[in-house]
Amino acid sequence: MAFDWLFFLEVLIAGLLSGAMYSLVALGFVLIFKASGVFNFAQGAMVLLAALTFVRLVEMGAPLWLAGVSTLMVMVVLAMLVERLVLRQLVNQAPIILFMASIGLNFFIEGTAQGVWDSDVHALDLGVPDLPIDVFGMLISQFDIFAAAMVAALVVVLAVFFQKTRIGRALRAVADDHQAALSVGIPLQTIWVVVWSVAGVVALVAGLVWGSKLGVQFSISLVALKALPVLILGGFTSVPGAIIGGLIIGAGEKLAEVFIGPFVGGAIESWFPYMLAMVFLLFRPQGLFGEKIIERV
Amino acid sequence: MFYREAGQFKASYAADQSIFPIAQDRFGVLVILAVAFVFVPLVANEYWLRSILTPFLIFSLAALGLNILTGYAGQLSLGTAGFMAVGAFAAYNLQIRIPEIPFILDFVLAGLIAAAVGILFGLPSLRIKGFYLAVATLAAQFFLEWLFTRVGWFTNYSSSGVITAPPMVMFGFEFSGAQSRYLLTLSIVAVLALAAKNMVRSEIGRAWMAVRDMDVAAEVIGIRLLHTKLLAFAVSSFYCGIAGALWAYVYLGTVEPQAFDIFRSFEILFMIIIGGLGSILGSFLGAAFIVLLPIVLNNVSSIFAGGTLSAHTLSHLELVIFGSLIIFFLIVEPAGLARLWQIAKEKFRLWPFPY
Repeated sequence: MAFDWLFFLEVLIAGLLSGAMYSLVALGFVLIFKASGVFNFAQGAMVLLAALTFVRLVEMGAPLWLAGVSTLMVMVVLAMLVERLVLRQLVNQAPIILFMASIGLNFFIEGTAQGVWDSDVHALDLGVPDLPIDVFGMLISQFDIFAAAMVAALVVVLAVFFQKTRIGRALRAVADDHQAALSVGIPLQTIWVVVWSVAGVVALVAGLVWGSKLGVQFSISLVALKALPVLILGGFTSVPGAIIGGLIIGAGEKLAEVFIGPFVGGAIESWFPYMLAMVFLLFRPQGLFGEKIIERV
Repeated sequence: MFYREAGQFKASYAADQSIFPIAQDRFGVLVILAVAFVFVPLVANEYWLRSILTPFLIFSLAALGLNILTGYAGQLSLGTAGFMAVGAFAAYNLQIRIPEIPFILDFVLAGLIAAAVGILFGLPSLRIKGFYLAVATLAAQFFLEWLFTRVGWFTNYSSSGVITAPPMVMFGFEFSGAQSRYLLTLSIVAVLALAAKNMVRSEIGRAWMAVRDMDVAAEVIGIRLLHTKLLAFAVSSFYCGIAGALWAYVYLGTVEPQAFDIFRSFEILFMIIIGGLGSILGSFLGAAFIVLLPIVLNNVSSIFAGGTLSAHTLSHLELVIFGSLIIFFLIVEPAGLARLWQIAKEKFRLWPFPY
């Protein structure tokens, strides 16, 4: 049987596009990890909260832009609460304690989001149909292209924000060295609020994209688990790493599922990305773009 | 005043090396054991034995296992439930394929199989550290869950993917009542806890702690990293494997791979963080906290809001309260419940004098 290159390419592109959506979630992790050193497990819950708030507001008759702005405000308020009630109290604690606190936060946000709104499945329509279009004989989902474009736009906006604005520079300073940043007069606590808000914005975009693909429901908070292998592959502290890692994981996962899956019983999507990332880490422990690990005694 | 070491002289090496050097501690532990072995089975009703105390003991065992790996050896793992699943399914397969083996030996063999799997997934720990390792251990979690769900051989081709534990018979006695099962679990947990307590005071435990505090420095003073880290993974998985086998055989009876999902791993991680990292006592305190909290929340919320709130809202409210309590605990006492107990002991030494 001749190898079907066209089919291979089709799967590859579908994988790359869905990988772009993973990197969207991974981005939120990276932003928070860089600035506040928290491995924020609640990112998935934030995606759920943003998507639920948005979709419920739309269902109540709010126009899309109003729903978007209101959801943004909810995410900013959340960031302020997290900084005031959690981060400020846990300054200087070990990373694992902060990680645990973020799992607690995860439960809290999940409970609140579903308690205030509800836990039904909501359809979210952004006006882009999930129909395949024909490109050189390959079928590619129109929605996936739209999602990838959103990711690209978001990355450009974030890059400009980080490189060109005053706050962006302060954020990078904090990410480099907390103490040095403090000593030149950058208010750490404000920066944390800003960074968690930015992560909230990323969560909103991720929530919109994933929500309109899968329907807004509890399970979209589990996409956070998909973002973890992306994260270790790309390195915890690297934005480009999150993007490239997402593409690699997305493509690898789809190719494995289609070409290896049938031989071993299928549904290997659940663990393949982790194995891929783990094997990769054996050769490069700090991830693709992570900071070089230097150990001193 | 009553709880202190004054006047207790150690006249032999054995006395100097005893687990509980203070007579009051020895007495206290004996009392606790006597209460657990004799008093509790007589007093507690079926519900308490079956649904609260037995799972508490099993969780304590799993938490003990994870605490050895994470609290003592410093290797963060999120694959605990996966190793529990290995134990459960190994015990099941051993028993249905070789029925001649007595079930206690089955449990031990299941623990050893889990240990072997643990070593396999512990190999990356030589290169990967910290959160990177935690995510890498998720590979074990998801892979093992997938393996037991998808590969029919492990469930003996049961159509529903659920395994039913065969009855446990030893010397013609069948462990079927809540009391006998509780006592069985308690005995196993007590023996393994004693072993763990001794292990962490020995050369092995000290090597683990050295690796936890700084592995490069540990290597410099001559500790073999490969050996030490893999041993931690093996011992930890052994404990988790036996906990998993108990979970399937003693507690549930029938078990599906989804009973060992990632949230079970998180639950056990919560136990050791809330109980106290690097503390045997902490594993038990944390397990008690996490097992009892949902039950208490459930009862309290049904007393205060019985009938006025829907079941959905209640379950969401419980999530919110659970999350906030965890954050609250981490803020108030990041070193865990075991640390609170230590502070209390310090106070007892002086009481009733101010200093």
